[in-house]
Parts: sequence; C-alpha cells; structure tokens
Amino acid sequence: MGAFSYFPQTEEDIRVMLERVGVSSLDDLYADVPAEYIYKGEYDLPSAMSEQQVRDFFEGLAAKNSRLKVFVGQGAYDHYVPSVIPYITSRSEFLTAYTPYQCEISQGTLRYIFEWQSMICRLTGLDCANASMYDGPTAAAEAVRMCVASTKKRNSVIVSARLLPHVIDTIRTYAKYAGINIVVTDKVAEEVAEGVLDLAGVIVPSINRFGIIESHLGLADLVHKMGALLVEYCDPSALAVVKTPAEWGADIAVGDGQSLGIPLCFGGPYVGFMACTEALMRKLPGRLVGQTTDASGKRCYVLTLQAREQHIRREKATSNICSNESLMALWCTVYLSLMGPEGMRKLNALCYEGSHYLHDALLATGKFARVFDGEFLKEFCLKPLCDVEKLQQALLDAGFFAALQTEEGYVTFCVTEKHTREEMDRIVEIVKSVK
Amino acid sequence: MKYYDKLIFELSKPGRTGYSLPAAACPSETSGCAGPLPSDDGPLPLTMPRVARFPKGSCCQAADSIVWREATLDLPEVSEVDVVRHYTNLSQMNFGVDTGFYPLGSCTMKYNPKINEEIANMPGFTGLHPLQPEATVKGALEIYAGLDKALAAITGMKHFTFLPCAGAHGELTGLMLMREYHMSRGDLARTKVIVPDSAHGTNPASAAVCGLEIVVVKSKADGLVDVEALKPLLGPDIAGIMMTNPNTLGLFERDIKEIAKLVHDCGGLLYYDGANMNPLLGMVRPGDMGFDIMHLNLHKTFSTPHGGGGPGSGPVGVSDKVVPFLHIPHVSGFHGNFGIMLRAYAYILMLGREHIKLAGKLATLGANYIKESLKDCYKLPIPTVCKHEFVFDGLLEDNGVSTLDVAKRLLDYGFHAPTIYFPLLFHQAIMIEPTETESLETLDAFIAVMRKIAEEAKADPEMLHGAPHNTPIGRPDETTAARQPVLKA
Repeated sequence: MGAFSYFPQTEEDIRVMLERVGVSSLDDLYADVPAEYIYKGEYDLPSAMSEQQVRDFFEGLAAKNSRLKVFVGQGAYDHYVPSVIPYITSRSEFLTAYTPYQCEISQGTLRYIFEWQSMICRLTGLDCANASMYDGPTAAAEAVRMCVASTKKRNSVIVSARLLPHVIDTIRTYAKYAGINIVVTDKVAEEVAEGVLDLAGVIVPSINRFGIIESHLGLADLVHKMGALLVEYCDPSALAVVKTPAEWGADIAVGDGQSLGIPLCFGGPYVGFMACTEALMRKLPGRLVGQTTDASGKRCYVLTLQAREQHIRREKATSNICSNESLMALWCTVYLSLMGPEGMRKLNALCYEGSHYLHDALLATGKFARVFDGEFLKEFCLKPLCDVEKLQQALLDAGFFAALQTEEGYVTFCVTEKHTREEMDRIVEIVKSVK
Repeated sequence: MKYYDKLIFELSKPGRTGYSLPAAACPSETSGCAGPLPSDDGPLPLTMPRVARFPKGSCCQAADSIVWREATLDLPEVSEVDVVRHYTNLSQMNFGVDTGFYPLGSCTMKYNPKINEEIANMPGFTGLHPLQPEATVKGALEIYAGLDKALAAITGMKHFTFLPCAGAHGELTGLMLMREYHMSRGDLARTKVIVPDSAHGTNPASAAVCGLEIVVVKSKADGLVDVEALKPLLGPDIAGIMMTNPNTLGLFERDIKEIAKLVHDCGGLLYYDGANMNPLLGMVRPGDMGFDIMHLNLHKTFSTPHGGGGPGSGPVGVSDKVVPFLHIPHVSGFHGNFGIMLRAYAYILMLGREHIKLAGKLATLGANYIKESLKDCYKLPIPTVCKHEFVFDGLLEDNGVSTLDVAKRLLDYGFHAPTIYFPLLFHQAIMIEPTETESLETLDAFIAVMRKIAEEAKADPEMLHGAPHNTPIGRPDETTAARQPVLKA
C-alpha cells in the first residue's frame, strides 16, 4: 500500500515509534483484543479514490438532483445567503476549532456565541438565550421538557396542532420516552381554559404551518393562571416584524435559525435557538457563554453556569445536550450583523409583498379558494380547486417546487426576497394551464 | 494571537448597512395591495408600521392587526467591511486543528480534509429543500444509501438512522430504540440501564432524558469493568448496558465477550458509545463484539470539522433484531445533518478499503508513543498498552502544580490542552489522544514541551499557577461569571 495524504507517518517513523513503545508490529498494539474480534476480512468499501475521483463522484450525484426554484417553506426557507457568511464561517480558526473549553485560546468562538445570545434576546425580547440547539424541532422538544422540569409535579403539555408537523413529531418523540403527557389540539385557549389537571406548559407557533401570524392575545395570562409556562415557536427572520414572544407574554421562545442565512441543504445542518425569562435561566439546557474579566481586568468570555450540564451533573443535568450547532450560530450572527434592523425590515417587506402578489394572482385564476383570513408574511395556504398532482407536476416540469400539500389537502406557497416577479408570473401561467 | 476587544454592537453607527437587497419585485400598484413596500430609499421607521402602511384592502384584511412587532429591533448597524474585519479579528483569537495539535482525549480531533468542504458546498446539495419530491433528490438519497452501506461495513451493524445531530443525540436515539425493542416484546419492566463509572457524562444524562434509571457498575483497579460487580446488577429490570470500548482510559474491555453474554442472557441489549471508535477503525467491528445498537460521531471518527462545538452528526446503527424499530424515533427536524454526512462520506471514499486498515492502528501507535515518552515525568496509573488515548494522573513530582496548571501552560507553547479532570476515576486526570493525522515531529514537539513543563514545575511552580502568559487573555474570573451572570450585551 502506498503513502496516504492524511497519514504523515513514514515507514521509518513507524519503526521508531514501535521501538519506543516496545512492540514489534502495529498488530501487537492489539494483543489485548481477543483474536476473534480482529476483523480479518476485506472491508466492503470501494477502493481508495483520488481527490479528483471523489470530486467527480459527488458532482455526478449532485447532477442527479434537480435544481428547483423553491416556493415552499414549511420550516426551511429559501432566503438569500450573503457571500460574506460562507467566507467568514469557512475560516479554519472557526471551522476546525473544538468546543471552547479552553477559553484563553477560544475567545473568537466565545465572543460570537455571546453575540448570538444577545441577538436572539433582541429578536425574541426575552432575557437570556443559550448557545444554540441542534435545530428548531429539538429546541421545541427541549422546551417541553423544560416546562415539566420547571413546574412542580406537573406532567402535561398542550401542543398546538398548528405547529409544523416535524416539530410536533419531534416533541412527541422526546415526550414519549420521558413519560410526558402531550395534548395536541387545534383549540389551544379552550383546552387551557378547560383546565388540564397537571398542566406544565403550552407551546404555540408565532406563525403557524398555514403561514398565518397567530394572535396570542390573553393566552399568556390564561396559561400563567393555570400555573403553567407558555412557549412560542418562532421564525427568527419574521421576528423582526411580528410581535415577539416577550410581547405576547411567553416564558420561553424556540425556533430554527435556518431562515437567518443558512442554506436549505436538504434539511441540515441548521441551528435551534432557545430564549427564556430570567426566572428560568438556570433551567436552560445546553451551553451558555457569559462575560467576565481575566486576572488583568481584560473583558473576556467563558462557558458558564456549567453546573446545569451533563459533564458535571451527569444524570441530573438539565439535558443530555453536549455540543450545540456553534458554527451555524455564527452563520446567523454574521447574517444579522450584515442585515441590521433596516435590512431585516426591508427583507420582510419584500417577502410580504411578493407573497401577497402571488396569493392574489393565484386566487384570481379561479383555481384556488381562500381558507384563512389572518395576516400572513411570506407563506400562505390555499384550497385547490384543481387536480393537485397535475399542478405539482406541471410546476416541477417548469423547474418550480411549489404547492406542497398539507394533510388537510391545502397547498402551501412561500415567497422570499429571492423570488422575482417573472417567476411568480410564470407560476400563475402554469396554474392557469392546469385542468 | 492578538487580543481584540470589540463586540459587533460596539461598531454600530446609525445609518450604516451591510445588506444588499433587490428592489421590490412587485410594487404595490401592480399587486393591488398597498403593502409595506420599501420602494422608497428613505429609512423606514423603527417599528413595523401598521395602520399607515397596511391600509385595509383585498389582501390586507388585518391591516390594523395587533400581530406586528412593537419593540425596536436593536441590531448592529455596520457596513460589510466592518463585519468582515470584526469576525476576522475574532477568528484570530481562536485555535483550531489547522492551527495546531489537539491532544484532546475522547474528542478525536483529527485533520479535517479540505475536499470535504468543497463537496458539502456544491450547489447541487446546498440548494435542496428537505421536502422536495423523491424524484428530484435522487443523488441525495444515493448518498444516504451509500453512507449507510459503508458505515455498516465498517461497524458490522445492519443499518443506520441519520437523524441524530450529535453524539449525545445519538445516545438518546439509541436508548429510545432499546426501549422500543423491549416494548415490542411487552417487556415493560426494563427501565434501568447500566453505565460504567468511567463512562462519558452524556451516557447517564441521555439515559435520564430517555426516562431510564441509571445503575452504575464499578471499574476494577486495572480500569476495566468489573464483571463480578456486574453480575448481581443483571435482572428482568435491565434494559441494557452502555459500553465505551476502548473505554475512557483508552483500554480495550477484554471481557466484552462475557459481558455481552451476561447482558444478552438477562434479556438486555448492548449499546456501544462510538466516541472512542477511532482506534477500532479498520481493526474491530462493534457488531462482531455483540453490540446491538451504537452511535458514531462523524465529527470525530470520520473527520468532519467540529465547528467550535457543532454541527456534528451522530448516526445510530443497529443489529438485525433492532432494525424494525429504526424508523420510529423522530429525533430531529428533517433528515439529519446532511452537510456533515457529505463530508464523512467523502472521507470514507478517500480512505477506501485500503487505507482504513491503517487509521486505527496509527492512532493507537501515536497514543502509546506519547505515553511511553512521558511516563517518567507524569503519573501513569495504568501502564498497559492503550488504544487511541490514555490517562496520566498529574505530574510525578507535582510540587503543588495541578493538572489545570499543566494544561494552561501548554497553551503558551502553542498546543491545545488535553482533556482534563476526566475520567473521574483519578483526581488529576490528563487524558491524551493524538489521532493518526499527527506526525512524529508533532508528537515529539509535544513531548518536549510536556517534559519542559515538568521541569518548570520543579523550578518555578508560581509561574505555572499563573499560566497561560502568552495568550490573548489570562485565566478568567469564572466565579463572578457564574455568580453574576452577564449573558448578553
């Protein structure tokens, strides 16, 4: 076997090292492993490829995917990714760093996580945010666990049926094994008012799976009167313009940072966020970065309140989460820095306008009926009066991923600042042509 | 590394912008909807305008709706160059694998190949929406199938789920599968899981999140699980055991065959914590040792970058009898961290069936080489051949110098510190794992510095208590950070 670019040891190096260790061959290093467990067969893997062969292999696979114009949201939004972001996040000092346990040589990571926490607080209006979670759905599931852990002897959580299906599925999964009682309902306020006996929390979407911005007027008071916590699941990009979890009186906010400049990438890596009121700070799962000073008085940043975490508390930790999605939090932090308050507002205005243009034009074709009256921002839902499969296929044939069907049979569309008037007009033409 | 003091918020100046957005695609007069158009170049008011900008109309019924944000959004106002310089400056206070050597035990900080990054950034992958129809994502699905087959070949498991986003997430998923297996057999009393005292902290934490009770089994003086202590713990209430093999002391659990038989005979399953899979890469397959469920850390064993603490990927593999349950736990949003899988798959294809056979061996050689080269200055509680990592218990002649002092002094010499104070079996644990991507010269340089620090400990312990001295900041005041938390700007 020839030399391999990822292994720097020459044959002579290996000889020197074996001699120091006092064994005569590499295999001798495994003398303590029962012989029956040493794999003697040929691994069922392809023969080693050169870098160019690997590149060709993946280019071939990439070519088997269709490049579509994405007019669907449902938890993954096709916003533009400013070129600065991949440029910064691919810096090897960020990309190849470990979790910032050694703060003296990790101030870069710690500082941007602190900025991320600050920006999540500013978007949600809440007091503190953690260093990030795996994704929005797992953040929602952790929030449900946090409700149960923060209320005494209460074990039921009401989950809005208007959350995205993959969010509900993830909550149900975590709750099933933890023995948490989940009540999924379309009528959250009514259910709360009826008085679930051991209600620990309620989780509702800021913008629901039909794209409607929900009003949670009075809900927080009702939930708090029952001794429970209110969690809101949010699209952080939309939080620049829609009422914040704090304004609705929520105790915890969670969601997915994907809409803040992270590519679709077939569903991941994304990043979850979690923010809460100060009262719940020590119940937060995951890493937290705090500001302090070093011995000479220089401002610096460290991982803090670690007594909540698994490496200290083991089974008594607030969660088993160890790593977060640090680099993806950097994506969002750079994104929000570039956009600023003005950019975020204009971006949302573009989404609002584009989506309303398409919404009205689609309705005007007579192929759809309206189903919801509430205000929407970039995603909306219509009832199809035509053959949905034919519609979807016609759109796909023209290079559009649009009109994804919900379980009720409605179709959803999503318009972002990336989409042009020409594309939307083309979609409308295709819709008109479908029988 | 140079100290740089600013937060992005401190660079803000009203009126500066770093964004570039298109002009409105559909001005309001054409849409018939007087929406909140940014068609003028003038600044918009700070709060989302309501009545004024959303007049009642066909498409804006809730014109004066209460659903809009009231609070000012206080994000930084900075130009593009401000952003680039700020984050470049921050990056220069960071250490990464590309900067230097990370002897971090149980973390497997190997080199992150650059071709992997190019592949993960191909537009044919990054542009895919997770809900696209199958016919439009054939290439992506082939990647899942190909990686599943490759990981099965490497580990001896049958199939993998790729939903878990990290190692701890994989542990949780694996334990859910363990419970599904027992529940499917109506075996509902199995609510306890056995965890060795040397296990990673995530093991008991994952078990607790999965609703399982933890039973700790002790290690013997030689660092291996005490089989005699295990026997009385086994019974009809045991769901299974979580094993790390080699364990966190870097020792191969030689009695695994007997342990597997005992646990299986009592009706339990064996879970393999893949955090320490690297020394077995190309040598030993967990499936062959009797493990039923395992996770892999693609960001450890399969070379994907750690990203300052994620994103990782923790696929979970299972044996035949657990395959029927593999689809049940929906532990994350869509299809897991696809971008990380691309990188890991590229790495496996570069290794191929030829080079994989050397990966684990070279990692093990490096660890033993460091161990043998330093055992005359550092306390080596378990002197036998190790696998990919081993543990010192502080300096031989400590002179009051702690493991923390040694770790901090290493930073001055341009090395990352090892994992310290873990495992908990020793008071001054220093856990060292070099990986196969470090050259003899790098290992020798590290050894020389570790020896120098041992000398410094004798000559000038005070200096070590104050280390590091050459980093952008010195030791932080962690007490104040925890007592009066400042978690946001």
